[in-house]
Amino acid sequence: MLQFPIYLDHNATTPCDPRVVEAMIPYFTNNFGNAASRNHPFGWQAEEAVDYAREQVARLIGADPKEIIFTSGATEGDNLAIKGVYEMYASKGNHIITCNIEHKAVLDTCKHIEKEGGEVTYLKVKENGLIDLAELEAAIKPTTILISIMYANNEIGTIMPMKEISAIARKHGVLVFSDATQAVGKIPVDVNKDGIDLMAFTAHKMYGPKGVGALYVRRKNPRVKVTAQIDGGGHERGMRSGTLNVPGIVGFGKACEICMNEMEEETKRVSKLRDKLQTELLKVEESYLNGDKEHKLPHVTNISFKYVEGEGLLMGFNKNIALSSGSACTSASLEPSYVLKALGLGDDLAHSSLRFGLGRFTTEEQIDYTIEQITNTVNKLRDMSPLWEMYKEGIDLNTIEWAHH
Amino acid sequence: MAYSEKVIDHYQNPKNVGTLDKSKNNVGTGLVGAPECGDVMRLQIEVDDATGIIKDAKFKTFGCGSAIASSSLATEWLKGKSMEEAVKIDNMTIVEELNLPPVKIHCSVLAEDAIKAAINDYRKKNGLEELKFEESVIH
Repeated sequence: MLQFPIYLDHNATTPCDPRVVEAMIPYFTNNFGNAASRNHPFGWQAEEAVDYAREQVARLIGADPKEIIFTSGATEGDNLAIKGVYEMYASKGNHIITCNIEHKAVLDTCKHIEKEGGEVTYLKVKENGLIDLAELEAAIKPTTILISIMYANNEIGTIMPMKEISAIARKHGVLVFSDATQAVGKIPVDVNKDGIDLMAFTAHKMYGPKGVGALYVRRKNPRVKVTAQIDGGGHERGMRSGTLNVPGIVGFGKACEICMNEMEEETKRVSKLRDKLQTELLKVEESYLNGDKEHKLPHVTNISFKYVEGEGLLMGFNKNIALSSGSACTSASLEPSYVLKALGLGDDLAHSSLRFGLGRFTTEEQIDYTIEQITNTVNKLRDMSPLWEMYKEGIDLNTIEWAHH
Repeated sequence: MAYSEKVIDHYQNPKNVGTLDKSKNNVGTGLVGAPECGDVMRLQIEVDDATGIIKDAKFKTFGCGSAIASSSLATEWLKGKSMEEAVKIDNMTIVEELNLPPVKIHCSVLAEDAIKAAINDYRKKNGLEELKFEESVIH
């Protein structure tokens, strides 16, 4: 039996895996100790649990446990990495390179750096959502201290060429930071093979709890340091003060362990469902895939249905299917997705987009239902779309003088 | 954001979706909005030559649920009205009827603009002077 609503917005967040919740529960009640309490068993027990989780997290990304700094999530990790490097390496330079489809947590942090007197280059992505490596190399100058490129994009799921990016960075002695929120736990990420110096990620995108994440900070070749952004008791090697969220960290560790053990199987299953969804929806007339076809997360797709508006489309089924749209109308800003616009999509196609994020608990039955609902709603809305009628009459919409408002 | 029941009802069962023959002299067409803005409304009225009463109204809208509901409601209200009455339909009465939240007020403005544009199109076709309207406040 199909249960409603169906959740297909796993890029926004994921449900906690029941195994994760189970691992966390004792740390709320019996094992409630402060991991920084050095003088009694409550503290020892908490510290031991944190150490174990640190190993689980580190293992998933091929890091040493000492290189894991626990944070409140990826936004904090992004802030700590970028501001922390900017402050720590001020004597070396003040230039940061990033790209225009980064998450707001990176873009707004970069804007903050600019206000502080730093210089930021925002690389434009190509039509497929990937950066141009030659442009990246050309943007490096003697004052460049950091390249900040996301591992995978949250709206279109494209995967950046991290190995190539870090090879260029290394050649010029520049550090690489990656916001890997969408990638870790979904695809193999290895900080050493990928040549990443700092990396932010979070538990709630990989079936762990909200409010806990990690920043990986390399300790060898080169040894990287960041200036703390939260001062206090000197936790996390002085880089992030604040009592550790022990139950959250335990859950995060468990979530990482499960992802590591089950990634291969899960990817096979979920990508098959994603491919089915994508193939069937692209059979709808005038539908377009956004972002690169190949370099993409296995559970994500983003499709525009021309001549229907995204929010109007969602309304057709959002009681039963949870999805998100790049349409302006879903936000207060009235501006459509800056990510889709960065790919060169016209505002009309950006307004017409749907983002699908499948997950661990998505079933084929849910996908079949989704395909049917979306196809029907698109057809229904096109029957009442003046733009569809014009398109069918062969009128070029670009020749019409629209009353912009 | 949760929609009001009336918006949902108009969205699920839109009234008067369709196209009138715009080559006819007694049909006025208003096309407002822009694809880049995420809303385009086309509203048409068919006027009874003898009585001056709007005997039919149709719409097609590209936009969110509130835009579809605003235009569906507008066509309902237009039918049976004289041109003078139709001109007086105010966007705020649409807002009230549909319980639109502040971020969706522009949908009602668009519907009001579409009504006015359709009336002026009819007037132009029939050799009447186009009515001048003050710029709508919220755009």
